Amino acid sequence: MSLTAVKEAGSGTVTQPPGPGKVRPRKAERTYYLMLVPAVLLFTLFITLPGLVGMFYSLTDYAGFGDWKFIGIRNYTSMFGDPRILDSYWFTIWFAVVTTVVVNTLALLLALGLNGRIKWKTGLRGIYFIPMVISGIVIAYVFNYLFSNAVPQFAAQLGWTAGETSLLANENWAWLAIVIVTAWQAVPGAVIIYLAGLMAIPNEIYEAAQLDGAGAWRRFRSITFPLLFGYVIINTILGFKGFLNAYDIIVGLTGGGPGTATMSVAMTIFNGFAGGDYAFQMANAVVFFVFTVLVSLLQLLFVRNREVNLS
Amino acid sequence: MTAIDPTVTARAAEAIKAPKEKYRVNWVQTTLLALGTLVVLVPLYFAVSMALKSDRQAASGSGFAWPTPIELGNFKTAWELTDFPRAFGISLTVTAIAVVGQLLVSSLASYAIARNWNRRLFKWSYFYLLAAMFIPFPVVALPQVKLTSLVGLDNPFGVAVLHILFAMSFNVLLYTAFLRSIPHELEESARMDGCTTWQVFRKLILPLLAPMNATVGIFAFLSSWNDFMMPSLIISDPSLQTIPVVQNIFQLKFASNYNVAFASYLMAMAPTLIAYLFAQRWVMSGVTRGAIK
Repeated sequence: MSLTAVKEAGSGTVTQPPGPGKVRPRKAERTYYLMLVPAVLLFTLFITLPGLVGMFYSLTDYAGFGDWKFIGIRNYTSMFGDPRILDSYWFTIWFAVVTTVVVNTLALLLALGLNGRIKWKTGLRGIYFIPMVISGIVIAYVFNYLFSNAVPQFAAQLGWTAGETSLLANENWAWLAIVIVTAWQAVPGAVIIYLAGLMAIPNEIYEAAQLDGAGAWRRFRSITFPLLFGYVIINTILGFKGFLNAYDIIVGLTGGGPGTATMSVAMTIFNGFAGGDYAFQMANAVVFFVFTVLVSLLQLLFVRNREVNLS
Repeated sequence: MTAIDPTVTARAAEAIKAPKEKYRVNWVQTTLLALGTLVVLVPLYFAVSMALKSDRQAASGSGFAWPTPIELGNFKTAWELTDFPRAFGISLTVTAIAVVGQLLVSSLASYAIARNWNRRLFKWSYFYLLAAMFIPFPVVALPQVKLTSLVGLDNPFGVAVLHILFAMSFNVLLYTAFLRSIPHELEESARMDGCTTWQVFRKLILPLLAPMNATVGIFAFLSSWNDFMMPSLIISDPSLQTIPVVQNIFQLKFASNYNVAFASYLMAMAPTLIAYLFAQRWVMSGVTRGAIK
């Protein structure tokens, strides 16, 4: 195989990129293999292989060290009876859904505003995009102090008793703080995508609609939103998938607490390092993986159907 | 991404280039948006004002008051507590390797894929890499930590390697989409002149890829510099941790030195913020390209 590759690399004609209808030799030039194969092998070694090894261990009672034996699907069955795990899934899904809705609503509003007839367009956009470049954990630390010290102090001065205890210490509402900070950081990215979509809508359509007497709300509902729909889908898919992996901001804000109220799935998996339930958490990781794939496929299916409807 | 009509990008480009029409400024909207920036600016103001406070002032009040006296010594203390130069150097190394590596590895692989699309190995590699976009880091994290320590990569270099590999799926998607739009005629004439494939790539393709390189480079820089999850799990030696990870000493050891902590947070944010201030337009157009491709 290597011989033929060398031979072909030497002759000039084989390397010609194909046009439609041209006949190609079976083997590509060796250079192309050198460009691709090492990268794919490294990828397999560091990403695919650990995934497979993890799947293997999820069928054992491996504690992360020492002996192990096969125990079949017992890790999986006990997973579904473990309230810690189930709670982390409910929390993660709830958090991802709420954050996706909040981020997209705010981003769409902001994009409409920033695309409008305003002064200081560049400057305002420049400010709104700042959160995008800041590290999640660091901004979470900043907000952590705001929620647990600054806001309660303000509330005390204003005589608002409910606000005097930190939002982060409230078992029922701590998730809201995480949504707020995540949205603070994720909105700019979504705004950029919406702005790209808005700029692609030709102005003439609006002018024509205005001549026909369509008001602002009507123009948004009948022109802007349908034409932006593809971008809504992009933002939903990208955002939801990212929010499912929530970690940094939760670590910086609540550390999963109070109690285990804001433990995300990623955080429970990482517990496998310390708790000695390595194999159990690998089963959790496998389930999480399947879940992520299912969600992505569902979203893609939805996009497909939508495309058919539009055409 | 597939849902978007490719002509949209072309129209977007036109819209940017079109001469600016004069319009009547909507002042209500402008005012609302200007007020809205407070949501972004207030936390940042808060961080700055905390970082400049004396120990006594930091311990009292809500923290919004402007610092009197201004205590610049906090930065020095934070610098020493976090061993800033070392953490900075490590973050910089990881980020530099990740950026250069992502640019090179992904563009080379994409070039090979785009020019050998009708060969099974290349086509399947593409779908294989793409399928991996579904794999979130937490899923493979535990075995990966074992593997990296087994092969001696439980260090910043290992993190950079993982950054390169994890970003490959998305980068290859971006690059191949772009490479398919480059006409083959250019390459053919270069080959007529006796250029090898390497030379064609270096002298012809790489310069043509410049806009995509900017996009990939910006994403690589931001995500690598700001990453917390991977270094905190992969790097086993605490003295080799990156800037975002070393901030945790203010949660664990020095939990009441708020002013010093905020000085440290500011120093951690500074590099990306400064880069953004200087290259704002560039960053935004780069991110937009990544979003609509």
